[in-house]
Amino acid sequence: MSAAINRLLEHRWAIVAVALVSCAFILVGGLSPLLGIIGFAVICAAMTVPRQQTLTAGLAASQQPAREPWPPLQSIMDALPDAVVAIDPASVVVAVNAAARKIAPALRQGEPISLGLRMPALLAAVRRTVATGKADRAEFSERSGAERWYEVHVVPAVLSPSSSQSPTHFLLTFHDQTQHRRIEQMRADFVANASHELRTPLAALSGFIDTLRGAAANDAPARERFLPIMQMQTERMARLIDDLLSLSRIELREHIAPDTPVDLLPVIREVIDSLQPLAKERGVEVLLVLPPQPLKARGDRDELIRVFENLVENAVKYGASGKRVEIQLETASGKGPNGGEVKISVRDFGPGIAPEHLPRLTERFYRVDVEQSRAVGGTGLGLALVKHILNRHGGRLSIESTLGAGSTFTVALPLTRPAH
Amino acid sequence: MNEHTIKAFDTELKQLAREIVEMGGLVEQQIADAVNALVKQDMDLAQVVIAADPQVDALQREIEEKAVLTIARRQPMAVDLRETIASLRIAGALERMGDYAKNIAKRVLASGTDSRPLPVVRGLRHMADLVLSALKRVLDAYAQRDVTQALAVWRGDEEIDAVNNSLFRELLTYMMEDPRNITFCTHLLFCAKNIERIGDHATNIAETVYYIVQGVPLEGERPKGDALDLSAPVQPRG
Repeated sequence: MSAAINRLLEHRWAIVAVALVSCAFILVGGLSPLLGIIGFAVICAAMTVPRQQTLTAGLAASQQPAREPWPPLQSIMDALPDAVVAIDPASVVVAVNAAARKIAPALRQGEPISLGLRMPALLAAVRRTVATGKADRAEFSERSGAERWYEVHVVPAVLSPSSSQSPTHFLLTFHDQTQHRRIEQMRADFVANASHELRTPLAALSGFIDTLRGAAANDAPARERFLPIMQMQTERMARLIDDLLSLSRIELREHIAPDTPVDLLPVIREVIDSLQPLAKERGVEVLLVLPPQPLKARGDRDELIRVFENLVENAVKYGASGKRVEIQLETASGKGPNGGEVKISVRDFGPGIAPEHLPRLTERFYRVDVEQSRAVGGTGLGLALVKHILNRHGGRLSIESTLGAGSTFTVALPLTRPAH
Repeated sequence: MNEHTIKAFDTELKQLAREIVEMGGLVEQQIADAVNALVKQDMDLAQVVIAADPQVDALQREIEEKAVLTIARRQPMAVDLRETIASLRIAGALERMGDYAKNIAKRVLASGTDSRPLPVVRGLRHMADLVLSALKRVLDAYAQRDVTQALAVWRGDEEIDAVNNSLFRELLTYMMEDPRNITFCTHLLFCAKNIERIGDHATNIAETVYYIVQGVPLEGERPKGDALDLSAPVQPRG
């Protein structure tokens, strides 16, 4: 009862207005006083009815239930391995399962789906399905880190018990097409790169063969001169094919983060040991600065060896004039899952790299100096490999260099907590 | 967001934000397609990019109209006013980005017979990847009102400028090596400039996101890459 009085008090100005209008009708409009008072009473009574109830009563059949997650829906969706998002006819997210949260972490219940997934192809498919009530599909790519491709099916569904004909929800199921797309891409890239980069050494080789069979058939000194060059070219082609294959392999699984913890110290030691002969040959001393505790990062051991091999080998080859290479491991606070990251820097004291080249070094086949790169047997793919491997590991490469003073290549990897 | 007494006002603001994000999605696609068309010399894809532009322009007009109506009808204050003004600004920035993407697509069509398989397009792809990642992060920051992420994008523009400078020098060396490269390299030079401008607009959006949330404009100089070195390289590369 007191609630009704409260509501009347809330509407006191409206009541005064109604009273005034009623009086006016009685005085000027010739309404009988009895009818006027009855009308006034009916309006006051209507005002005591709680407002929320009148609203929900009107909307119950149409909008309201669709916005509220129907309890079983979420648990069914969570049980599915594929990513699923349920939306209502206004494209507002009703439920998101765990797999879908991985694809679109920004999706929020009660917010429009476009705030979390704004790919035009997907939104167009949703619009079509909502308009026609027919299932539809779309493909889109998502690029946070390594690019991923998805196929999405939009299907209307009647999930609310109250209404029966028109769909109350729309279900979006996502299928990961990344592997399939990457294989396709790898084939195309491999053919393009291989045909482009192998053409030069092949042309040189066939030129030498022609000469040796023709004009220089009996020319012993020419043969002595040509054969080592031909061998160098074939070795270069072999290395190129090796690197292209590794690059393709890494690109294939770049979107799958490795999950085994790897102790980094033995990895670095192994790399240094294997490069010791090369360093001796060039007269370079390799120094190692290590922290006392073991440092573990989630990773693929073979790939990490590849990263450090490339960096140290580059330092020894291109920085040989500096006579020493310093490798340093240290921990830093970063954005790893446990807040920390490990930084491994490889520093040489060679001629350094001009600033305009620095941002471009990780592009495949980018060379600061084509002649020098050929002379030391570079394929132009080393740092591209490093970048892709680090991408997969959630790490990054930064490069600093001063002309005449040397270069520092620093790898940052998210650290895993050491086991106690 | 605090609820307003008038529900329709909330709906209007939400609708504005939603249209901005959808427009952002369209522009992202346009840029990605334009760069793909350039790298692969795909004329059909270039046509698709050009054909998408009127849709982006229409969305911008619609957003502007809605924002003006909201200001006229609701006289928004504080954060509501900032959001309304921001939607005008962001829609403008996105529309410019769409124009730059369209210009790249037009150059793909125009360069047709002059185009040559130069490795420098890989550099353009590299720069476009950086810019697209910045745009993605700043649009996510807008959708979630995430100031930290917006600031990260604002500071990250340096790298894009550095790649642009490097590309500029590399393109000049190609032109000096062989005059037949000049037509195509000039197109690429403008494409690089377009991509760099898209990056600048991404930082403008980052500033706007900061303004929505914090209520004050972002002060101070943005960290810059080296000032564009316009001197020609000393000698062509061998």
